[in-house]
Amino acid sequence: MKRRTALKLAAASLVAGSLAIGTAQAGDTVKIGAVAPKTGPLAGGSTVTHWPNIHLWVHEVNARGGLKLKDGRKKIELIEYDDQTNPGVHIKAAQRLATQDKVDFIVAPYGTGFNLASAPIYAKHGYPQIAVSAISDKIPELTKRYPGIFFTLGSTTSFASAVSDILSKMRADGKMGGRIAMVNVADAFGIELAETARPIFKKAGFEIVYDKSYPLGTQDLSPIMKGAKASKPDAFVAWSYPPDTFGLTKQAITQNLDVKAFYTAVATCFPAYGKVFGKSIEGNLGAGGVDPTTPAMKAYRKAHMEVTGKPADGWASANTYVSLQVLEQAIEGVGSVDRKAVTQYIKDNTFKTIMGDINFVDQVSHRFWTVGQWQGGEFYGVASKGMPNAKPVILKKGWK
Amino acid sequence: MDILITGILLGGTYTLIAMGLNLQYGVARIMNLANGEMLVAGAFAAFWTYTAGQVSPILSILFVAPLAFLANWIIYRVILMPLIKRAKNQGQLEVDSILATFGMGFAFVGIMIATFGADYFSYDYLGDGVQIIGNTFALNRIVAFFAAVIICAILYAWLYWSRPGTAVRAVAVNPQAAGLVGINVRRVSALAFALGGSLTAVGGSLISTFLTLDASVGVLFTMKALIIVIMGGVGDVRGVIVAALILGLAETAVATLIDPGLTLAAAYFIFILVLLFRPQGLFGKPTS
Repeated sequence: MKRRTALKLAAASLVAGSLAIGTAQAGDTVKIGAVAPKTGPLAGGSTVTHWPNIHLWVHEVNARGGLKLKDGRKKIELIEYDDQTNPGVHIKAAQRLATQDKVDFIVAPYGTGFNLASAPIYAKHGYPQIAVSAISDKIPELTKRYPGIFFTLGSTTSFASAVSDILSKMRADGKMGGRIAMVNVADAFGIELAETARPIFKKAGFEIVYDKSYPLGTQDLSPIMKGAKASKPDAFVAWSYPPDTFGLTKQAITQNLDVKAFYTAVATCFPAYGKVFGKSIEGNLGAGGVDPTTPAMKAYRKAHMEVTGKPADGWASANTYVSLQVLEQAIEGVGSVDRKAVTQYIKDNTFKTIMGDINFVDQVSHRFWTVGQWQGGEFYGVASKGMPNAKPVILKKGWK
Repeated sequence: MDILITGILLGGTYTLIAMGLNLQYGVARIMNLANGEMLVAGAFAAFWTYTAGQVSPILSILFVAPLAFLANWIIYRVILMPLIKRAKNQGQLEVDSILATFGMGFAFVGIMIATFGADYFSYDYLGDGVQIIGNTFALNRIVAFFAAVIICAILYAWLYWSRPGTAVRAVAVNPQAAGLVGINVRRVSALAFALGGSLTAVGGSLISTFLTLDASVGVLFTMKALIIVIMGGVGDVRGVIVAALILGLAETAVATLIDPGLTLAAAYFIFILVLLFRPQGLFGKPTS
């Protein structure tokens, strides 16, 4: 009997304690939720691009003393969930953040599919959704349907035409012919890009001499590289995901694929890519890009390394951080956690970020890098929308 | 010719993936759904020793194999033994072990993410091309293939020409009867389970020289291993080798001649054919 009473007392005090903490926190902090893959197929990408920037941003804001609101500075309390790269799990977690944890804001998801799948939930609860890792040609419809969604990384067309423009220029300069070998991963991202790129390449006068797709998780890409090589292309373009970006590059080195331009999509900009292949990827083109020479970017990359212990990638790392800077400045501009006012503030204002001034026209930012290239061990932006200081493109000269 | 060699090389890779599971399922009767995670762990070990200490992945096998053997022995004794003791029949053990190892797989993924992070890991080792009859092949795949051949040869010799090997085969055929003739079925099962795990981890070390992996990719390998084991016939080494080669050749032929997008479809098509016409697997014995 005694033991039971003691237990009850302990339980009661625990409940009381947690309630007390709960109420104390509600006043002193701004609660921010984040749902993204920590396991599953997209975890490899999100741990390079997504999570470190959230941690860096929260660390920096809290180190400054918190967000400046009308009723004083408030620190950020971050609540993280793993969506296991599963849209169903993601939506449940987002629902939980909104209704149970009652967070003030939610960081937009990682991955195109996830941003689209969860948009209705964020819209329903009025959260602004500043999407970064989401590239689609459906942006106009989506922004019309969801007043709180913002896009910062461009559309499928902008990515495909940027590649086409670079290749066209090389051909016009007499540096290469017009034969393109194109492959894509058989997944929403790869299929959409390949379908968009096909007419763009043809319109630019290129001949697509090899055009194949392969399933996600293909263990041997050598038949593809051999087929591409046999078609004698001048340029190789792969709308690829991280494992196949690595795999295709390995195969290209093994087969000594002789092209003037070699493009792989996601993960070409990852620091690991440069580390694995070293000098052999000089001149490789990839999705994204960055201008690492500006003081703001230098400071950001240094802080990224110091706080998270890993280097920022050559593309969406910076955009992810920028999206959080936008959110921060909008919250501080409004001076409260009124989500409706913050969303409106994002639409109406220009934000000073590490990538320069960012503003939104019809909920879309038109400043982003589209193509980057490895030059001298660094991944530089060589094509962009609205970004200054793009590096000139160099020719791919062998793999040695 | 090119298709033949590429296909055989891929078949070697598949043998490495599936051989361990075959021992675990065929002898120890544990349908180990954490098989892929063990493979990724072996790959991680090779990656880590290569990047931190410049130790060749081939040499790292020397410590990956005994470590994985020990780890799998402990897993069998501590986690799976209670299930085996409790199980009234084969069916119940299979259901229980599927559930237990399914959960174990999640735990492994979590542990690997906690220790190594969820980043992709990849390194360049023996990635140079080698000319064989006018075609270029990656050296690391050839090395992995010959390692697979050596491993299979040793395993085969051990199973067929040694006393403990014969005991393992006896348990694979009929655990009850094996017990009646004085074989310590539980010890042999534990041995087979540990050996299987060790083989899988070694396979992972070899595969990491040419594939880019991350902590959560294991389930892909489990799926492939399952198909191969069931196709080849549970508990038969020869079946695994034949099934792995068939899959490797079929996938390469389809990728080269028809379309790389159809490789998975081809693999599953063959799998369905085998299930329809030889449900016990290519080398399996019909269950009464």
